[in-house]
Amino acid sequence: MTDTSSSPSPSAGGTGSDARPGATPTKRGLFSQLELDARLLGMVGAFVLVCIAFNVVTGGQFLTPRNIFNLTIQTVSVAIMATGMVFVIVTRHIDLSVGSLLATCSAVMAMTQTLVTPEWLGLGLNHPLTAPITIVVGIAAGLLIGAFHGWLVGYLSIPAFIVTLGGLLVWRNVAWYLTNGQTIGPLDSTFLKLGGIGGTLGETWSWIVGIIAVLATLFALWQARRAKIAHDFPVKPVWAEVLMGVVFTGMILAFVAILNAYQVPSRRLERAFEAQGLTMPEGYTAGYGMPISVLVLIAVAVVMTLIARRTRLGRYIFATGGNPDAAELSGINTRLLTVKVFAIMGVLCALAGMVASARLSFHSNDIGTLDELRVIAAAVIGGTALSGGIGTIYGAILGALIMQSLQSGMAMVGVDAPLQNIVVGAVLVFAVLIDIIYRKRLGAK
Amino acid sequence: MADNIDRSGTPLVEMRDICVSFGGIHAVDHVSVDLYPGEVVGLLGHNGAGKSTLIKVLSGAYQADSGDIYVDGERATIANPRDARKYNIETIYQTLALADNLDASSNLFLGREITTPLGFVNDAAMEAETRKIMGRLNPNFRKFADPVSALSGGQRQSVAIARAVYFNARILIMDEPTAALGPQETKMVAELIQELRKDGIGIFLISHDIHDVMDLCDRVSVMKNGELVGTELVGDVTDDDILGMIILGKKPARAA
Repeated sequence: MTDTSSSPSPSAGGTGSDARPGATPTKRGLFSQLELDARLLGMVGAFVLVCIAFNVVTGGQFLTPRNIFNLTIQTVSVAIMATGMVFVIVTRHIDLSVGSLLATCSAVMAMTQTLVTPEWLGLGLNHPLTAPITIVVGIAAGLLIGAFHGWLVGYLSIPAFIVTLGGLLVWRNVAWYLTNGQTIGPLDSTFLKLGGIGGTLGETWSWIVGIIAVLATLFALWQARRAKIAHDFPVKPVWAEVLMGVVFTGMILAFVAILNAYQVPSRRLERAFEAQGLTMPEGYTAGYGMPISVLVLIAVAVVMTLIARRTRLGRYIFATGGNPDAAELSGINTRLLTVKVFAIMGVLCALAGMVASARLSFHSNDIGTLDELRVIAAAVIGGTALSGGIGTIYGAILGALIMQSLQSGMAMVGVDAPLQNIVVGAVLVFAVLIDIIYRKRLGAK
Repeated sequence: MADNIDRSGTPLVEMRDICVSFGGIHAVDHVSVDLYPGEVVGLLGHNGAGKSTLIKVLSGAYQADSGDIYVDGERATIANPRDARKYNIETIYQTLALADNLDASSNLFLGREITTPLGFVNDAAMEAETRKIMGRLNPNFRKFADPVSALSGGQRQSVAIARAVYFNARILIMDEPTAALGPQETKMVAELIQELRKDGIGIFLISHDIHDVMDLCDRVSVMKNGELVGTELVGDVTDDDILGMIILGKKPARAA
């Protein structure tokens, strides 16, 4: 038993005694031909397992269009912030202030749309300009606060743990002062569309978005293959590419179909028709379709993935995480980089605050409480290494989805609230343990 | 080694009267060295003699407290590694300074990525360039897709060397380039140095190993306790002379 490390498949045994396994693969495994990441497969597997298990226990209640819709919109806020946390953790920092920063941004936006634009600017309530102004102000607040954190960490060399631990207390209570501790609502009607169930695309537009997403995915696959061929790099077999394309297409279209299958209650539709002075035709139905907040998350995921993989900024973030000294010696301004990373985190906190307050339809004092822990957990479950240099955007989103599924699945089953948190905490530790074992097996440091 | 370097013109780089101190300790104390095109100058000395510190001033990692650097006879301001790169000064650090989590081409182009017209990094083009230069430096190199943490010591070294050579270095600093290498790879580095000097590149070679220096260098500068003991033509001195300079700080006695 000395040579078992390389090839676990016994079927490769008959390929000549001198053939070194792995050097010139005659028969590669299905997954290696598809060039899929084993860690990603593991996470998807865990997610599917969680969903199926809850579906069985709840007697088919978990995987209904309604619950999947709700699960999706509940995940958005944490998932948006988790993509930013990937960058923060990859550069060997941490951000404990995201929940509080979300609250401050939410408070700024709530005050902007209930006090500044209607009264100070005299636009009145539900003016079409209210939501755009609010969002710009909120994002600017997040950007400034995040950049300030980054400056304290990068230029003044205060550890990120301390800066953001301070921020956790400071921004939670700045939010309090901004709103005098009151719950602020109702919010602007356009703004509320960003929250989830109040703003969906409807069936037709959801299909259009789905088809655009499919086309974009297929184009990206084709483009990647073409670039490899242009430089004479090895490419996957055609059948593998086609299979990937089919799987992605199927997943996107299935997701749209499920969201569309969630029907708007007929009472609600009747009221909508009455509001326009019409009566609802007999047998009329409509699905909710894709929530706008999910579109926001998809846009964030695409932009963040592009930054991570295709821009110099992303390359420098990962290089700095892998070896800060090397990055510095390569002429990378690591201090400014820290400011940028925290500024991105701030902007994402503002976007998450926008989605979270719109979903609740008001700003409350405790909005985003403990979100910092959920966000860090999502990033870490998603495979982001706290030692820096390793992490993916899709992993963090998947991590957020797994956490939210666990939480809401347990709530559906009727698990006591304290036990829910005990399970989530244990899962976090267990997930990291699995990750460590997996990395050791790979021989990576 | 026959000395056929023309030292009548302007030196490629000249460091004049450099001082660096860390909290009262004079790591480099009024040291001057120079380097001509096509020349290899060895920097020798014990650990802590100040050779790495001196050279980090040239590569932009440290700032000198006083003293000047001249490149092609013109005064150069080198405040950070980016400035050094602007003067075509490239460094192979003893630690290699590689980001272990990135692949070879990302490391090679770190800080100087090839981008597409839209401003995105062009990984395919960078990998193709990496394959080209590695084909020249280390034809056995295959692991282009793996992070450099998965590479052997020699392979990592060749990535670091490729990074310094690829961008048309005129002044190359090698800090213990063979410390982690086996005999085969050491030979490869030696051949590379000969090839580079033919192209008129000036090389500072920092080393512990006297034999390395005697084989590869034209001149040798010896440092002790932050001070320059002396600079000698390799052809004029013996191993023992150099050992005397390193250990005792004693200049070799000259005939006549």
